Order: sequence, then structure tokens, then C-alpha cells
Amino acid sequence: MPFMGPLYSAALRMTRNPTDAEDLVQETYLRAYRGFEGFKEGTNLKAWLYRILTNTYINQYRAAKRRPDQVDLDDVEDLYLYRRLGGAEAAAAGRSPETEVLERMPESDVKEAVESLPEQFRMAVLLADVEGFAYKEIAEILDIPIGTVMSRLHRGRKLLQKRLWDYAVENGLATGTGPVR
Amino acid sequence: MDCNEAIHQIYHYLDGVLTDESRAAIARHLDFCPPCSGGYHFEVELRVLIARKCHDEVPADLRHRIAEAIGHELPPEPTV
Repeated sequence: MPFMGPLYSAALRMTRNPTDAEDLVQETYLRAYRGFEGFKEGTNLKAWLYRILTNTYINQYRAAKRRPDQVDLDDVEDLYLYRRLGGAEAAAAGRSPETEVLERMPESDVKEAVESLPEQFRMAVLLADVEGFAYKEIAEILDIPIGTVMSRLHRGRKLLQKRLWDYAVENGLATGTGPVR
Repeated sequence: MDCNEAIHQIYHYLDGVLTDESRAAIARHLDFCPPCSGGYHFEVELRVLIARKCHDEVPADLRHRIAEAIGHELPPEPTV
């Protein structure tokens, strides 16, 4: 069964619940097999499966469609995490940036940070940064314009960096007063 | 191009959606600006790290259930 690993991980991030994730993946493969004639030879099988996964999730597992989540990101600047981890200073001093702080972060925290994102941002970030889909593919999978993909990604990535930083501080991996330039 | 302009476009640069001209301008800036270059490499590594840490093992039971469910859907295939 192709792509089951990534589909299962994506389903977990979407549903945030192992039982629902398993049902969602099973339903996705069943729909894919039933609708396989709808798959055009030479197109991207992975993107096609993700589209089925996403649609199934939206139709069956998601609570009634809500208004877009309002998130205030005014105080989250570009390179938010890098600046807080002292990266620019480290780079200027010829040291490597401090990705090792994040390296030490437990998988469960990173997953939680992703899962904590409001749904619209979460889906865009998952598809782009975890699964590596291009803007155009994400637009097709989520059935939204490319401009919307870009703005959701922009906001989702910022928010994810903020959440990762909060976890790092909470767990003592970083001190709350990291250098900011 | 100054640091602000370069950093502002860094995600588009990472995502590979810029024109050749913009790409070249950013690449030139990164070559000569250690802090921005550090930021760029951090973002590259961060993305890899997030993807790696968001990996989950598929339960064996689920693989089995899906294979069974699909087996019920399809006419038996000739064995090779």
C-alpha cells in the first residue's frame, strides 16, 4: 500500500486522535480503490491520495465548518525562532546556528506544536513542510487558490515557530530571554 | 538587496517559487551576509527536523485491516 506511513502521520496530525486517524486512513484507501478510475495516469499519486484523505477528513471527522480562526501574529517577526535562539549572533561569531536546541526537543512536543495550530494553518504547514508538496499541489489538495495557500503557510509557519519557542522555554531547553535582534 | 528584503522573501526562496532573477539576487545576498545566511540555513534545517520528528509508525494491525478491507472490495486477482 503506497504512502501509508506519511498518510497515517498526516491523519494523526489532522484528527489528533489515533482511533480516528486509523479509521481515516482506512477510509482513504477504500475510497482510493473504489475511485481508482478517477486517477489519471501520469499525475501525482501521492497528491491524489492526500486529496482523498483531506476531503474525507473534512467531510467526516471535522466538526461543522467554522469560521477561519483569528490569530494575532503581529508580534511574530520573520525568523522568529532563529533570532530567539541567538542564531544571528552565533553566525556572526562563526558558530553554527542553534538547531541543537530543537534537536533535543522530544518528538511528542514537535507533534503537539503542529497539532496546536488552527486547522487551516495546520493543513497548509503539514502539506508543505512535512510532506513537501508544492503550492500548486496544496491548492489542488485543499481546493483553495494559490494565494490562500501562501497566506495560510505564512501565518502557519510563524505560529508554529512561536509554539516551538514556547515549548522550548517551558521545557528549559531555552531561556525566555533569548537574544532578539 | 538589503537584509530585510532578503529575509522577507526567504520562505519563497526556500519554496522555490521565485523568478530566476529574484533567486539570484537573494543567493548573492546570502553569499555575503553571514547572519542572513545563518537564518536561511536554520530554516532549511528546521523544516527537515519538523518533518523528521512528525513521523509515526503505522500500527501493524491497521495495515492488516486495510489489506483485508480492500480484499473484500476487489474480485480475487489471479495469483502470479
